[in-house]
Amino acid sequence: MKILVCITHVPDTTSKISFTDNNTKFDKTGVQFIIGPYDDYALARAVELKEANGGSITVLNVGEAETEPTIRKALAIGADDAVRVNAFPTDAYFVARQIAKVAQEGEYDLILMGRESIDFNGGQVHSMVGELMGLPSVSPVMVLDVEGNTAKIQREIEGGKEFMELELPFVAGCQEPIAEWKIPNMRGIMSARSKPLNVVEPTGDDTSVKTENFEMPPAKGDVKLIDPENLDELVNLLKNDAKVL
Amino acid sequence: MSALAFVELEEGLAKKSSLEAVSYASSVENDVTAIVFGAMNDGEADKIGAAGAGKVLHVSDDQLAQPNIMAYASAISEAMEKEGSTLLVLAKSSLGDPVSARVAIKTNASLATNVVDLPDTSDGFKVKCSIYTGKAFAINTLKGDKKILGLKKNAVAVKEDGGSASVEDFAPAKNDTDFKVKVTNREKATGEILLPEADLVVSGGRGLKGPENWGMIEDLAKTIGAATGCSKPVSDMDWRPHHEHVGQTGVKVSPSLYIAVGISGAIQHLAGVNSSKYILVINKDPEAPFFKAADYGVVGDAFEVVPKLTEAIKAQQG
Repeated sequence: MKILVCITHVPDTTSKISFTDNNTKFDKTGVQFIIGPYDDYALARAVELKEANGGSITVLNVGEAETEPTIRKALAIGADDAVRVNAFPTDAYFVARQIAKVAQEGEYDLILMGRESIDFNGGQVHSMVGELMGLPSVSPVMVLDVEGNTAKIQREIEGGKEFMELELPFVAGCQEPIAEWKIPNMRGIMSARSKPLNVVEPTGDDTSVKTENFEMPPAKGDVKLIDPENLDELVNLLKNDAKVL
Repeated sequence: MSALAFVELEEGLAKKSSLEAVSYASSVENDVTAIVFGAMNDGEADKIGAAGAGKVLHVSDDQLAQPNIMAYASAISEAMEKEGSTLLVLAKSSLGDPVSARVAIKTNASLATNVVDLPDTSDGFKVKCSIYTGKAFAINTLKGDKKILGLKKNAVAVKEDGGSASVEDFAPAKNDTDFKVKVTNREKATGEILLPEADLVVSGGRGLKGPENWGMIEDLAKTIGAATGCSKPVSDMDWRPHHEHVGQTGVKVSPSLYIAVGISGAIQHLAGVNSSKYILVINKDPEAPFFKAADYGVVGDAFEVVPKLTEAIKAQQG
């Protein structure tokens, strides 16, 4: 089984988010970058599927040279080789086109990625890749089992889940609890250094959405503490001040 | 210029978030059509009309009654073509998200999701979108002639003063490719208020010590008509189902009131609740980081405070 896992290179979930250059650029100062947490789930499941069924895992990132340490980490976790499309990931449409091209050429059985990136939270790319390639796409996937050419999937929906069956190949956006995150071991880290990381140039430069600038939410005021012996006051505040009850 | 709004039904009723999409569309374009799949209860078309649609395209084909991402994307693309719609508005959801991305490719439209406000059309078409899991906003220009907007809950209020909507049967073309994914089963909590849609949410964390103590959370939730949620450790330990997990990697909620009980307020949890209008934190640890993100706080033992709060609310409800 040939699996393509697409990863994002995003700020750690505990990062303080701020912007520079008149609020037009993300401020990377002091920020640690990681494999997108949802992408990490996709990668972990890919490693398990490879262990069970054999095959290979290629990891793909659309990003500039700065993302290579993140890609190496994915190689250390268990991917066999990597492709970096050498371009800034400007918008979902642009990224989806790059992934679709690599995926088409590589004839993968499964194209996995996270349900969304944790920077822009768009959750659009997997479905766009599916549509561009004429393949089904399923997200957010919590369980992914493959037997022969058929996959059984559980997808989260509001208030429950959906059980699905479909034929390979397809695209899936993953989330917990599809697999446990894998921590690279020393051997993985050593071998990752020599695994192939191919850099390819992007196809076209069409974009559909342009981010003009960023804004921060208004600062939150101080908390109003209420005595646990005086909960009537709290109910009053919720009813008459906040008007939410 | 006309707009199409995709309205999702929940047991025959139009979802509130979908009605927000209709009202949003009618604030941008005068001519709004809604598209609805499956059996619709009596009176729902009136609600959709009141929210701002002049017409409802109703797909009654049995094969399309249950959600089908690919087939819905094809049908909605066809409807946009037929109606000459240059704008599609829908609510973010497990169905709306994948459908909108597919329609964007099919119709060559620009797509923005997590939209939180009406567009600024003074120079191009700009919308404000929530990013970094609610920690910031991006102002995005949609460059295409056609545009698709996936709305975050509460982006606009639902209108109730629109006109009446005519209902027109719509039988979209079908193709085999769209039915390749077989949905074999659907498990859904019934009769509960769905977390992503909820206007009030009560969540419990590890401070509750075990799943057997959730009764008081449920009592409080029931008393005020809230949905129940939980923190990540709670769903990881299987005290509560995964679809109740609120946070960075779980459900993001934007209710008018979020009540957090026994949750310390890790940054990943806050990421799921930071677009709530008001936050009430109940925690015995005065140093819990959640208090910094809260509007109201009670420092006290949840096992005493929560039942007393429920009683105090009941007393005021009479």
